[in-house]
Amino acid sequence: MSENAKLPPLPTGTFSERAVAWSKKNLFDGWFNTLLTLGSIAFLVWLIPPIVEWAIINATLAPSIEACAEATGACWGFVNANLRLILFGTYPFEEQWRPLLAMILLMGIICGSLGAVKYPSLRKAIIPMWVIGVPIIAILMWGGVFGLTYVQNSYWGGLPLTLILSSIGVIFAFPFGLLLALGRQSHMPAIKTVSVVYIEVIRGVPLITVLFMASVMFPLFLPDGVTIDKLLRAQIGIILFTAAYLAEVFRGGLQAVPRGQFEAGDSLALSYWQSMRLIILPQALRLVIPPTVNSFISMFKDTTLVVIIGLFDFLGTVKLALRSDPAWTKYYVEGYAFAAAIFFLICFSMAKYSAYLEKELRKGEQR
Amino acid sequence: MKIQTILAAGAMTVAAVAAQNAQAGAVLDGIKAKGFVQCGVNTGLPGFSAANAEGKWEGIDVDVCRAAAAAVFGDANAVQYTPLTAAQRFTALQSGEIDILSRNTTATTTRDAKLGLTFVGINYYDGQGFLIPKALGVSSATELDGATVCVEPGTTTELNLADYFRAKGMSFEPVVIENINEATAAFFSGRCDVYTTDASGLASIRTQMAENPADYVILPEIISKEPLGPVVAQGDEQWSDVVRWAFAAMVEAEEYGVTMENVDDMKANSTNPGIQRLLGVSPGMGEALGLDEAWAYNIVKQVGNYGESYEKNVTAKLGLERGLNALWTDGGLQYAWPVR
Repeated sequence: MSENAKLPPLPTGTFSERAVAWSKKNLFDGWFNTLLTLGSIAFLVWLIPPIVEWAIINATLAPSIEACAEATGACWGFVNANLRLILFGTYPFEEQWRPLLAMILLMGIICGSLGAVKYPSLRKAIIPMWVIGVPIIAILMWGGVFGLTYVQNSYWGGLPLTLILSSIGVIFAFPFGLLLALGRQSHMPAIKTVSVVYIEVIRGVPLITVLFMASVMFPLFLPDGVTIDKLLRAQIGIILFTAAYLAEVFRGGLQAVPRGQFEAGDSLALSYWQSMRLIILPQALRLVIPPTVNSFISMFKDTTLVVIIGLFDFLGTVKLALRSDPAWTKYYVEGYAFAAAIFFLICFSMAKYSAYLEKELRKGEQR
Repeated sequence: MKIQTILAAGAMTVAAVAAQNAQAGAVLDGIKAKGFVQCGVNTGLPGFSAANAEGKWEGIDVDVCRAAAAAVFGDANAVQYTPLTAAQRFTALQSGEIDILSRNTTATTTRDAKLGLTFVGINYYDGQGFLIPKALGVSSATELDGATVCVEPGTTTELNLADYFRAKGMSFEPVVIENINEATAAFFSGRCDVYTTDASGLASIRTQMAENPADYVILPEIISKEPLGPVVAQGDEQWSDVVRWAFAAMVEAEEYGVTMENVDDMKANSTNPGIQRLLGVSPGMGEALGLDEAWAYNIVKQVGNYGESYEKNVTAKLGLERGLNALWTDGGLQYAWPVR
């Protein structure tokens, strides 16, 4: 079928004629749809004006408790007054340029890596970017060298912590999940059993349990005086958990690749890893982009669970700010709305990127 | 419940091992070697331990850690904080992740004896109470039969509530909500008849969260004793002594009227032998604890006395009067062991 045949016929008539025709076709098509349309309009009219009134018209941005007490709408002053606490948590106040810089650097590396699809020249830079970038981020966050004061990671928090937990989580969970998926397909019984048991056990428990075990049970089994960092334990928990889910996503992709492709690899006398790398995985991974991104989005949101083990991710620092002064506590709706907006922004960007990626990688199929 | 049993069993095993391995002074030596005190605090309880807008930890629980650091290092800022949830707090102490747990923790027999912990003082006497809307028309907790009660899980609060209602032969319907914001929102929206937590919490919730505080009353019954205080792990008596006396020095300083402001003057001019002993003018106390003679001077100078700490944190943030936490000379329970 040619590309043009899919296009609708070109619209004719004046703008208002077209508008009427369009609404007739899409909004008032039969009594049921008419009813739905009118119902939706009524709902929006009922819903939107009060929200706008609360969030914008009657709201105040002034960072003072007094101004908020007077305002009849939202108290964005809460976010305004506590912005640095919300963004960076309990990281030492004078040193907060460090997590800011680390966050910008991390975003830069992530964008650079994602942009490689569009600009192939960036492809070779991906690995060096991460290899150089991650230690720089670690130095910025921890310090202790180059005249930077040492900052324990119990002080890390806010958006940098959320981004670090999720990006490091993705980087490690992806290859680990891939290995597990290949292990599950393997003909070697030992590897297959280990992979299956691992995947099923981890998928059988909620993340909150994994984190709780890592944080509360695990230290009890260590010898006296040996402690493993709380953040590291949480990070490993997240990686192990996400990898099990990704493994199942990848398995779906592997199973969707036609048998003949495996045989083609064999007939070319490629080794297992060669045929995986050159023939199978490029096809399998492309097939599973939507569920993979789905897993990433859900992992990104799951990082908020670290709050139960006393780490302050972005949502945790919002709660921290709410409790910084009892007078702010009642403005939790504003705090959570702000957190929701930031989370939406990030998750929506991920979803949009995945749609773009699918389109880019499918160009080969469009003839 | 099962998880808690397993945890308790695990904790006891570790505590037993830890008790065998620890040598006297091991924790204190470790603290001196690393140069700071690792302090476990609440993840956010205004007045006790909460981060301010600059992300710095503040509160009377935080001040206990600062006092310990001032005693050991002469610098109240030589503290690193680890925010802990209720479930994590004892593990963190037993595993050595923190040196001192100052996180509004109720001293009980089980915790003191079974979990291998040592409570070194009581920096806040609290008790569990009930907050109700006036419209409910109830004037005593004994009239609460059949009420729905909003309560946060995993604390002694939940257990006390069940104990109290059982003892009175009354029934209640618990509404268990993990998060304090949601729990109070549920209460103020009428989801439950009663909100219960420690009286300090009730007072601040009533003044800060209610649309009109006058519409709500705290019932006169206080159904439990909640002596809250700093905890250390068993096994290093020298370190537990340091924390015990660092806190005692804060209370003793208040008894003597030594404040952050007049401490230099007192040190130079006071002829009271008690004050001279406390501030190290007549030496001996520091040596006995293995500390610098200016240990208590540093505490008062940098952290303040107990009354100042209470005023700055609890009264200012929560609007709570001293009540049970007044000095014994003012009819309260704060009674410092003599520094001599």
